[in-house]
Amino acid sequence: MAYSEKLIDHYENPRNIGSLDKNSEDVGTGLVGAPACGDVMKLQIKVGPDGLIEDAKFKTFGCGSAIASSSLVTEWVKGKTIDEAETIKNTDIAKHLALPPVKIHCSVLAEDAIKAAIADYRAKAAQKSE
Amino acid sequence: MNAVTQIRRNDQPIYLDYQATTPMDPRVLEAMMPYFTHKFGNAHSRSHSYGWEAEEGVEKARVQVAKLIGADEKEVIFTSGATESNNLAIKGVAEFYKDRRNHIVTTVTEHKCVLDTCRHLEQQGFEVTYLPVQQNGLVDLDVLRAAVTDKTVVVSIMAVNNEIGVIQPLAEIGKICREKGAFFHTDAAQAVGKIPLDVEAMNIDLMSISGHKIYGPKGIGALYVRRKPRVRLVPLIVGGGQERGFRSGTLPTPLCVGLGEACEIAAKEMDAESRRLTKLRDRMLKGLQSKLSDLIINGDLDHRIPGNLNISFAYVEGESLMMGIKNLSVSSGSACTSASLEPSYVLRALGVEEEMAHTSLRIGLGRFTTEHEIDTAVDELVRHVTKLREMSPLWEMAQEGIDIKSIEWAAH
Repeated sequence: MAYSEKLIDHYENPRNIGSLDKNSEDVGTGLVGAPACGDVMKLQIKVGPDGLIEDAKFKTFGCGSAIASSSLVTEWVKGKTIDEAETIKNTDIAKHLALPPVKIHCSVLAEDAIKAAIADYRAKAAQKSE
Repeated sequence: MNAVTQIRRNDQPIYLDYQATTPMDPRVLEAMMPYFTHKFGNAHSRSHSYGWEAEEGVEKARVQVAKLIGADEKEVIFTSGATESNNLAIKGVAEFYKDRRNHIVTTVTEHKCVLDTCRHLEQQGFEVTYLPVQQNGLVDLDVLRAAVTDKTVVVSIMAVNNEIGVIQPLAEIGKICREKGAFFHTDAAQAVGKIPLDVEAMNIDLMSISGHKIYGPKGIGALYVRRKPRVRLVPLIVGGGQERGFRSGTLPTPLCVGLGEACEIAAKEMDAESRRLTKLRDRMLKGLQSKLSDLIINGDLDHRIPGNLNISFAYVEGESLMMGIKNLSVSSGSACTSASLEPSYVLRALGVEEEMAHTSLRIGLGRFTTEHEIDTAVDELVRHVTKLREMSPLWEMAQEGIDIKSIEWAAH
């Protein structure tokens, strides 16, 4: 299977690998996928006092397309508000990396991961304001 | 012992997929060459020396094939490959004996071409029993004995599995088949030339052979068909009645000659080559195990051809690993590279859980594999597995002591 240069670059030089403190109030964590399906993504965002995502980290178990998709979204969400980050579409990810049809699910998973991280952050924020 | 010569170019990756196919041995090519050019005759032409010369080449090859498996040359028929041989053997006997017996026994870890042939026959009204295998990949002989009835026409069990390299207890299976009066067919594509095979001692009635798995050409194979007691087949391909009527069509002389030569070389070098490959495989395994934890060998390590390893690198997805080890040509235990995202059915049949099946690689060693290549491969694998584990959320959880099974994963 021939992969795009962008995809290979993200696979070989993944951006923002790592973990943030999942117990911290300003960190939202999304964990999506399943080991049995061959893909698990953990994506974390850290939101600053100004409401902007100041840091994002990921860890992914999955094929090269899954790793590249998650690496790419960590780059995209940084500096965005969570509302803006929420508008990232799997089709944008798939298009940017030129994912082959059998790998589209990787971009879907990356979108799910960012949404899950945002939901986690919002739940924490809501709890804090109560 | 044969001298290991490098046949790949230096800009090519290290080939570690010998169960998929093998390069042709230069000695095989040399034997074939004259039959492409001046010895081009039709082996079935009886009226001139061109035909006789070609026939001589084909008949010599038939003897070379027969010798390797302890058969008589009259019992060897040439086909286009193991897929055709498997189709012919199973469909051929099933069709011929269908009035008396209509039951077939096989295993769930057979090659797709055997499983698909059996499915096809099921649609024709035959009954097929698909035996499970044990955790080590071997068939349970008691389960087999219980499955074979007086209605069983053929038991088809592969000699060596193409994914995990395990060797089935052929002699014991042959004995059970003989006792019950069922024919024993074995797909020996991965076994011929790698382990000693004897159709008499093992009571094998039909055996499928492939050329390109044993350093011979692609597009040629053979089927051993026992003559005493005679096994009858309905042919798949009819026409001029060549190959005792079992397989019509003009024989591809150069390919037959190549298969024969490949068999002769394999017979001569099997012992030394087995020892050499066992040493290389042990070196690889030790190298990996000394630097990586959480490796699981799939399939029995003792009852296995020396040239195969199938390893699960826990917490690292196989396809991403293959993408990293660009300098190594291996295949993934998981069939992720194909359109289906299902993990290997062979590994699943061993009871390997899906998440582990996704982390497997099949590594095949062969005649042209060198110690230096093995050392390079170990280094590359260690480097990339370590890198991918560092970015694996599952590895992180395992290090934190979290049981991955305790998490409720969303199915997708």
